[in-house]
Amino acid sequence: MKQQSWITLAVLVATTQLILPGTVFATDYRPAMLATPCAGCHGPDGDSPGSIPSLTGLSTDDIISSMKAFKTDQRKGTVMNRIAKGYSDEEIDLMASYFSRKP
Amino acid sequence: MNKISRRRFIQWLGTASALGALGAPSLAFPKTGARIVIVGGGFGGATCANYLKRFDPSLDVTLIESHKQFYTCPFSNAVLGGLYDMDFIRHDYDKLQSKHRVKVIQDYASTIDPDKQTVHTTAGRTLSYDRLVLSPGIDFLWNAIEGYDPAASLIMPHAWKAGSQTRLLLKQLHEMPNGGVVVIAPPANPFRCPPGPYERASMIAHYLKQHKPRSKVLILDAKDKFSKQALFQDAWDEFYPDHIEWVPGSQGGIVTAVDPKHMTVTADEEKIKAAVANIIPPQKAGDVAYRAGLTNDKGWCPVNQKTFESTIYKNVHIIGDASIAGKMPKSGFSASSQGKVCAAEIVAALRGDTIGTSSWVNTCYSLITPDYGISVAAVYRLGDKGIVGVEGAGGVGPRDAPLTTRQMEAVYAEGWYRAITADIFG
Repeated sequence: MKQQSWITLAVLVATTQLILPGTVFATDYRPAMLATPCAGCHGPDGDSPGSIPSLTGLSTDDIISSMKAFKTDQRKGTVMNRIAKGYSDEEIDLMASYFSRKP
Repeated sequence: MNKISRRRFIQWLGTASALGALGAPSLAFPKTGARIVIVGGGFGGATCANYLKRFDPSLDVTLIESHKQFYTCPFSNAVLGGLYDMDFIRHDYDKLQSKHRVKVIQDYASTIDPDKQTVHTTAGRTLSYDRLVLSPGIDFLWNAIEGYDPAASLIMPHAWKAGSQTRLLLKQLHEMPNGGVVVIAPPANPFRCPPGPYERASMIAHYLKQHKPRSKVLILDAKDKFSKQALFQDAWDEFYPDHIEWVPGSQGGIVTAVDPKHMTVTADEEKIKAAVANIIPPQKAGDVAYRAGLTNDKGWCPVNQKTFESTIYKNVHIIGDASIAGKMPKSGFSASSQGKVCAAEIVAALRGDTIGTSSWVNTCYSLITPDYGISVAAVYRLGDKGIVGVEGAGGVGPRDAPLTTRQMEAVYAEGWYRAITADIFG
């Protein structure tokens, strides 16, 4: 690509940032805020070193459906029924998106 | 004329496109390179250091901790019960340095100058900070119980900071005679780890039942009720009817004095002879917070409960047991959860962002026997008057849960311990 094109692209990206502040470029802290406490039982980034199930390897849909099943007591767990009730369905989606981004 | 190089543009574009997720690889944008000093390498401080670097690798994060190794209070009761040895609860800071690029200094933060934004250490270091995080844990109100001072704690251990005190209590349990009484004296609220004294009673009873069956645990409590009480008492009736006796404060449980020389504990004007006396004294925020003028008249640190920034000094955050964190209990899990939130808040503040959602979790397991565990959990949010549990969520496990649930929770207790310590120190 020629120098001219790079400048055009740079201007384009910069313009997008001006037009859409808080959408394209703003950091959405909510997934991390909601999901980082999970590591306290499920291990770093959901990779459990012990007896508690890992979240790594689960698809976004797996996490969402499990959380909703715990929340509604359709799935019987131990602490997870009590914890899942602390989150809205939208928050559950955000949490799942956090883990799906992890390598 | 200035040219935008292809390489530089790709770098910039790459940084920009990595946005959208705190904690995603290469998120750091803009890189602030700010200097963060953290005092205290326990559950709160070590987590905060670790997550600051995850959220923004450009940060210059220094952790000051006086011990080379850290013994956790969680699972120290299981060590007393003979389920694990001391190595199981020992952690070091190697990976925090090598993997997470946190600078760890083994030193003691003696004074803080909040105006100059500097920390001074006993080894003579002076560290400047843009943000300071204190996670100093607790210290004790010596002599609040007459006769209970640091010297007395070498005869009647508190074991409420793990390490040499845990070893001492373990040794005393091993050396005491069959038939002797183990007194545990828990303090009034608030204190570190509300269910801890009762798990300790359970784990010591587990040891006594096997090795010194004529002995028992006598809990002389300053309170009339305690964490997970119904679940504990149901289990004690089942497993330790002859090995645990609980005396609530209103029925003569309040310990007013100790006599280490004669191994007596005074409650309700009666002197009780103890073979082993585990005195857990009333507590306050860790000493460094007190000396820095960050505590209130009750000895704890008032903070903005969203950011954990001190309400007394700017750019100083206090997390963990030392902080007044609304309805959150003083637990290792709470401290770790606060460490993550505090890290995110600091990163956001340095970027000029604000975080809309605040969310914390506490999950706490207690072991009654090696195969019988109970739990309490809560999800916390910021309310009008500070941090509160989400209504309809959390709480203790059901009282009528089947034995398989208790067995699972004993298994998960260890799973939790391995996970949280890997998350913090791994």
